[in-house]
Amino acid sequence: MLRCEELTQTYRSGGHPLTVLKDITFALEDGSFLAIVGPSGSGKTTLLGLLAGLDLPASGRVWLDGADLTVMTEDERALVRSAKIGFVFQSFQLIPTLTARENVQVPLELRGEPSRSRADELLGQVGLGDRLDHYPAQLSGGEQQRVALARAFSVRPRILFADEPTGNLDARTGRTIIDLILELNEAEGTTLVLVTHDPDIASRARRTIRLSDGRIAEDRTAA
Amino acid sequence: MNRFVRRMAWRETRGSRRRLLLLTGAVAAGVAALVAVNSFAANLRESVTQQAQTLLGADLSISSRREFTPRVTALLDTLVAPDPARGRAPGRKATVVSFAAMGYVDRTEGVRLVQVAGVEPGYPFYGTIRTDPDGAWSELQEGGRVLVDPSLLTALDAAIGDTLALGESRFVISATVLSQPGNVAVAASFSPRVFIAAADLAATRLLRFGSRVEYEAFLELADPDRATAISEKYRPILRPERAGIRSVEENRSDLTEALTQLSDYLGLVALIALLLGGMGVASAVHVFIRQKLDTIAVLRCLGAGTRQLFAIYLLQALAMGALGSVIGAGLGGALQQVLPLMLADLLPVDVRVRLDPGAVALGIGVGIWVAAVFALLPLLGIRRVSPLVTLRRDVEPLRRRRRDPARLLAALALAGSIGALAVLQAGGLREGAGFAAGTGAAVLLLWLASLGLIRGVRRWFPSRWPYVWRQGLANLYRPANQTVTVVLSLGFGAFLLSTLFLVQHNLLRDLRVWGEGGQPNLGFIDIQPDQREGVLELLRAEGIASPTAVPMIPMRISSVKGEPVVLGLPGGSGAADGGGAADGAANSAEDDRRDDPDADDAPDDPDARPRWAFRHQYRSTYRDTIVDSETVVVGAWWDGPMPDAAGPVDVSLEVDIARELDVTVGDEIVWDVQGLRVASRVANLREVDWARFEPNFFAVFRGGVLDRAPQFFVTLVRVEDPAARGLLQRRAAERYPNVSSLDLSSLQRLLDDILSRVALAVRFMAGFSLATGAVVLVGAIATTRFQRVREAVLLKTLGATRRQVLRVFFAEYAALGLLSAGMAVALSGAAGWVLSRFVFETSYALPWLALAALLGAIVLLTVGIGLGNSLDILRRTPLDVLRSD
Repeated sequence: MLRCEELTQTYRSGGHPLTVLKDITFALEDGSFLAIVGPSGSGKTTLLGLLAGLDLPASGRVWLDGADLTVMTEDERALVRSAKIGFVFQSFQLIPTLTARENVQVPLELRGEPSRSRADELLGQVGLGDRLDHYPAQLSGGEQQRVALARAFSVRPRILFADEPTGNLDARTGRTIIDLILELNEAEGTTLVLVTHDPDIASRARRTIRLSDGRIAEDRTAA
Repeated sequence: MNRFVRRMAWRETRGSRRRLLLLTGAVAAGVAALVAVNSFAANLRESVTQQAQTLLGADLSISSRREFTPRVTALLDTLVAPDPARGRAPGRKATVVSFAAMGYVDRTEGVRLVQVAGVEPGYPFYGTIRTDPDGAWSELQEGGRVLVDPSLLTALDAAIGDTLALGESRFVISATVLSQPGNVAVAASFSPRVFIAAADLAATRLLRFGSRVEYEAFLELADPDRATAISEKYRPILRPERAGIRSVEENRSDLTEALTQLSDYLGLVALIALLLGGMGVASAVHVFIRQKLDTIAVLRCLGAGTRQLFAIYLLQALAMGALGSVIGAGLGGALQQVLPLMLADLLPVDVRVRLDPGAVALGIGVGIWVAAVFALLPLLGIRRVSPLVTLRRDVEPLRRRRRDPARLLAALALAGSIGALAVLQAGGLREGAGFAAGTGAAVLLLWLASLGLIRGVRRWFPSRWPYVWRQGLANLYRPANQTVTVVLSLGFGAFLLSTLFLVQHNLLRDLRVWGEGGQPNLGFIDIQPDQREGVLELLRAEGIASPTAVPMIPMRISSVKGEPVVLGLPGGSGAADGGGAADGAANSAEDDRRDDPDADDAPDDPDARPRWAFRHQYRSTYRDTIVDSETVVVGAWWDGPMPDAAGPVDVSLEVDIARELDVTVGDEIVWDVQGLRVASRVANLREVDWARFEPNFFAVFRGGVLDRAPQFFVTLVRVEDPAARGLLQRRAAERYPNVSSLDLSSLQRLLDDILSRVALAVRFMAGFSLATGAVVLVGAIATTRFQRVREAVLLKTLGATRRQVLRVFFAEYAALGLLSAGMAVALSGAAGWVLSRFVFETSYALPWLALAALLGAIVLLTVGIGLGNSLDILRRTPLDVLRSD
């Protein structure tokens, strides 16, 4: 499903090249649940960005469903994202000018699919059936993240990338969100890649990759 | 375009519709101006076409500055003669003889220089001359009566039924002429027209030597369609006879051309407003995109492609452009009613106001196009938004390619569009290019000035100033600042207004100078030699100390440097470019080029002026002293009269006319003085200050040779009291009916009036630029509003009072306003100098007080708009904002 080989990423920082990821290699099976953990600055988010094709590595390759993301143009990767990938972000990233329903509709409309009933259904599933026409600013953080979840699952993605999805939420709301993600994951058979530094959440994943200083320090699969 | 793009484009306007509406405002003002001008121009053309025959009053006209020669008379007879062989019925002919003369009314003691027209029965063959009371025109031929322009009754304090004296005859004023087709109302107030029967002319005894008479024969042809063919056929034959010929069609195309020029210039002013609007669009889109970075990044994450993203925001810009254009077109339709009102008296036709569909369509199209093409460059920024922004804030934009074909293309499209619009609106490649270059230069300077300000404030930051001032100035260079946009848009509008103001001021100032400081304010012309002593005696009796009469001798050039000037052919070898000498010489009694029937070449004919220099009827003088308004620039002035009358006489030429004739000191010119050849040698060249009410001359001869040539005299005097001036004019008119007199103060008022009208129309259009500038300013403030609210709140949270926050804003807007206005005034000072010096040839002075007032007004406007739009920011409480964040 997802495979990366010798992924290395460097940024220029104050004129000097700074290596944030070094030689990351692993493969992920269909339907699995991977948690990427590690301290701040260990390269978790950078890795997620590269795996999802949001950025290009300095060297190394990423294959999603057998297609090499690193040789594609930005627009080609956009097509891949539209077809196969869902996102959940720490800061929700809802479009402020769109209502909850319209936010969920966006990926569907991008694919030219009928969207309204599917959006309403998904929002009902995440418990927001009565807030369809609310704008993000009118929703609490937990509610916003639930809208983001509904949006992520609207096109039935093959793989879902979640970047600290509970980072901006209190513990209880966070747990509800993780439950929801796993529920949907279960129901749709989606592969899940989740970045977190919450050990509780990581413990629920089947596989955990721990990063330290840009390298894989531990790659553990639960029995 | 897919549904997603359409939907997103619409939904994405939520929360910024007010701001986007300002975009429509920026486009609307420009489109309104454009539609108004273009529709007005279409109306003008249409009116001229519809009224073409009426405007000439005939199918064909033949005119001359002297009595028709036998050849011309013979030709006239042939043209209207019946031709039984070809089955042609006879045509008709009516001659109108016009000249200036003094008219006065005994009862009211009023006196006035009038334009007398002696009309033969039949004229006009087309159209009617409306009179009050009605039908008086047909009774004119019964004789003994005169029809007058209404302005004459006012000027003379006379009424219908009064007796008007013209020369040695007396006429009963039987009616006023309400409208005479083809006549410009303002010209009538210059010297009011009076009409008498041609049969009454001789008795006035006004047609004497020296009188400037125009003879114009109007023809109604049996076959009107042949008019232009006849005109073209006979023009070369008539030219040596010193007669000009015009058909309805030629008259129409000349008129159309002249009027098109007027509307072209107004159109360019309108175009500037539109381009400023475009600039507003560009800056708003730029800021808008900056604020949409997150949304764009999210959409990218969700799989939206660059094209789709680009399409979403381009569609928004287009929609705003379209909305603005439609609103603008509506506004323009309303404004169009105003333009003819302002210009009515200057136009020879009754303009029928009708919204021209072509002008509306063009205006809307151009408006949308301008919005799109100006939005392109900032929209290209979308391509550089990385989807990674969703994960981390500090992501660098995607790399910009070195040679980015899309950017290049967008820049080319923008430059090309501006050029094309300029050419389209200026009605010519050269004019369009000149306009584009001039606009470009002004924009470039303003742009550099604003960059300079940003850099300068940064570099020499006044770190010792009070906090609020420092904060306000720092706003000028903060990220996403609007300094450049505001300075460009406001500055350009102000620049236009200020330039117009300066030019008008300097033109009028020259007029004012005439009447001041002991300069002459009353002129007597056409004094015959036998009347000279009498007139001078009359002046002395009125208490004028030692008045002098200047002789004038009409003459033409016969040959230059041995090369004969052939009439009917373009005169002269290699005549230089027409760097006009006497545009300011409206005072000069010899400046008769404008209605010289010989010079009926197309007005834009580049050869026309040199030809004019060769064919012009000069009115020259002779004297042995140089006057105040003259400076010898080449050669030396002579000493006393010619010692020997046998050789060529010394002549002094005005320097520009010498250039047009391509002669210099030592060259020979032979003059035709009333049939007598007089050889002359150019002794020196003079610069002449035409802008003075003095008898100035292109050619001044050394005394001793021309003294006995047929001549008449001119005298200029100063009489302070207006009543005394009137009395003197009347005495002179009674005693010497052929002597015309001109009161300078009335002339001044008239020129003032004409200039004001033209300037009003231009200023009205320029006002749109300033309006657009204001809209762009409001837009600029609105686009940075988000940032401002946060800042203001932050300041307040940290303990700033509302007063302090307000002063921060005040400092920023005051600096912006000062820079825009300062640059605008400085630039206009330069532009005004160039125009005054090289185009209008007037002297130049800066009205400091008025400029300071203008500067203050623009600063006030900027600060007013700025603070007015910031007030509600102050009302927001800190918690309000922090919570919604």
